[in-house]
Amino acid sequence: MLTKPADGALTRRRREYGLFALLVAPNLLVIAVFAYWPILYNAFLSLTDWNMIAARPTFVGLSNYRRTLTDPAFHQTLWITIVFTGLIVAGSLLIGLALALLFNLPLKGRGVVRTISFAPHILSGAAVATIWLFIFDPGYGLVRALIEPFGSEPPDWMNNSDWALPGLVIVYLWKNAGFTALIYLAGLQGLPKELDEAAAIDGAGTWTRFRAIKLPLLAPITFFLLITTVIGTFQAFDVIAVMTGGGPGDATTTLSWSIYKEGFQAFNAGRAATLSIVMFVILLIVTTVQARVLERRVHYR
Amino acid sequence: MKTRPLQYVALLGVAAIFLGPLYWLLSTAFKQPAEIYQWPPVWWPDQLTWENFSLAWKAAPFDRFFLNSAIITVAGTVLKVANAVLTAYAFAYLRFPFKKVLFLLILGAMMVPGHVTLLPNYLTVASLGWINTYAGLIIPGIGSAFATFLMRQQFLTLPSEVTDAAAVDGAGHLRTLWRVVLPMSRPMLITVVVITAVEEWNNFVWPLIVTNTAEMRTLPVGLLILKDEEGLANWGTIMAGTLLVLAPMLLIFLVAQRYIVGGITQGALKG
Repeated sequence: MLTKPADGALTRRRREYGLFALLVAPNLLVIAVFAYWPILYNAFLSLTDWNMIAARPTFVGLSNYRRTLTDPAFHQTLWITIVFTGLIVAGSLLIGLALALLFNLPLKGRGVVRTISFAPHILSGAAVATIWLFIFDPGYGLVRALIEPFGSEPPDWMNNSDWALPGLVIVYLWKNAGFTALIYLAGLQGLPKELDEAAAIDGAGTWTRFRAIKLPLLAPITFFLLITTVIGTFQAFDVIAVMTGGGPGDATTTLSWSIYKEGFQAFNAGRAATLSIVMFVILLIVTTVQARVLERRVHYR
Repeated sequence: MKTRPLQYVALLGVAAIFLGPLYWLLSTAFKQPAEIYQWPPVWWPDQLTWENFSLAWKAAPFDRFFLNSAIITVAGTVLKVANAVLTAYAFAYLRFPFKKVLFLLILGAMMVPGHVTLLPNYLTVASLGWINTYAGLIIPGIGSAFATFLMRQQFLTLPSEVTDAAAVDGAGHLRTLWRVVLPMSRPMLITVVVITAVEEWNNFVWPLIVTNTAEMRTLPVGLLILKDEEGLANWGTIMAGTLLVLAPMLLIFLVAQRYIVGGITQGALKG
């Protein structure tokens, strides 16, 4: 008699466990196979030499790492990735903040323009890249129409190794500035009004109020955007694939493009895996820094 | 205030910068080829034509691309959101040993950059015999970490009486989920569905490497093929193809804009 309710509770608990497992298993399985396993698989492949045709990879130890890390072409790729990422991060944050300040003014139609500026963010990168290829077309593109009246000739953007990278940066900025603006705007609208008003009463100008009050209060958002933009830009692929294919020469070969090139054009699994591990480590450092900083913020609050 | 007119000029300028390229796309897609290659450019087409679209259709099987994109977007979104909802429900309402660790394991997937998984996933999919199949296109992408996180946050905001009462009534958990929890979470669910669908539709690198015949290509990849085939000599055709890739997402954006914006800002400000 006494054991019955306990039994009932036990079966209920068992059934709850069972249901939990059933609901979570599919998701966990896909995540394990297609998100976590690839890291181990990459680590293994990076120690091998394999053209993906031979029956099995040949173990070569650390030679892929030694060769990659001393390869001038890899140094150049890393440099291009850093420049590319730096320009896009700085540009996105500056333009996004400027747009957010504009959208935060009491102007008619600001909501519509905010929506318009955000639209490119959800559009296919491949399609956006194709539009901009035409815009940059030196013969009949929009850019020529815009700069010719000022007496300049447009460059052959995507075929010129000096212009291809800046061209890609422009496209990514066009695609992402509306997103950073949106996040900054949400941040601006969440700021306490009292501080700003008190400073205004004390005679602080618009610029002082922005620099001394708004900008510091927006720091957490700036930090969030910095991290997500770095992570996103490191993996930028579709626009590069459509517009330059890493060229001309290697002028726009970023780390993400070189992983694709080694893996799916040169069929060099060992090298592609090595580059993948390099990218993973870099981005892991970035996210760890983020986690640390967030932790500290929570602690000091 | 003399600055107000200047601010409106800035606002108009911003609108022009973001609308300009889209107008250039739209007008070119409907221009007659002769007008595309006129200098100075024709800003307002004289006569609209569908010719570019039929040329694009002839150059590449766009109907097939469209079908594939639709299948992958619908199936991928349904499966991924189902994963998110079921996982979130389990973590919000059910008991299980080491639940916290398991949840961190799921969230940890967000720290793995997708680009890093390309080669191993290609090899895994190849060993499963899924190259150039819908399974290969869809399954690797249906694991959900971020959407699970968003859904769980949402479920935890629901008053506990609602789910308690439903459980006392003898309603099973799945019925509670379907009848009570999901209807009460509608806005968040719509946000998750729309954001997932946009990602699936726009996905580029995975369909590029996992398919190898024209019949299995999706629209964004098909566009790259069209561009490579046409060279850069036939902008009307290419812009028509580009518009086909963009139009469905532009429509979704116009209809569901507030859900997308809401979800993205929420994810950012909470994260």
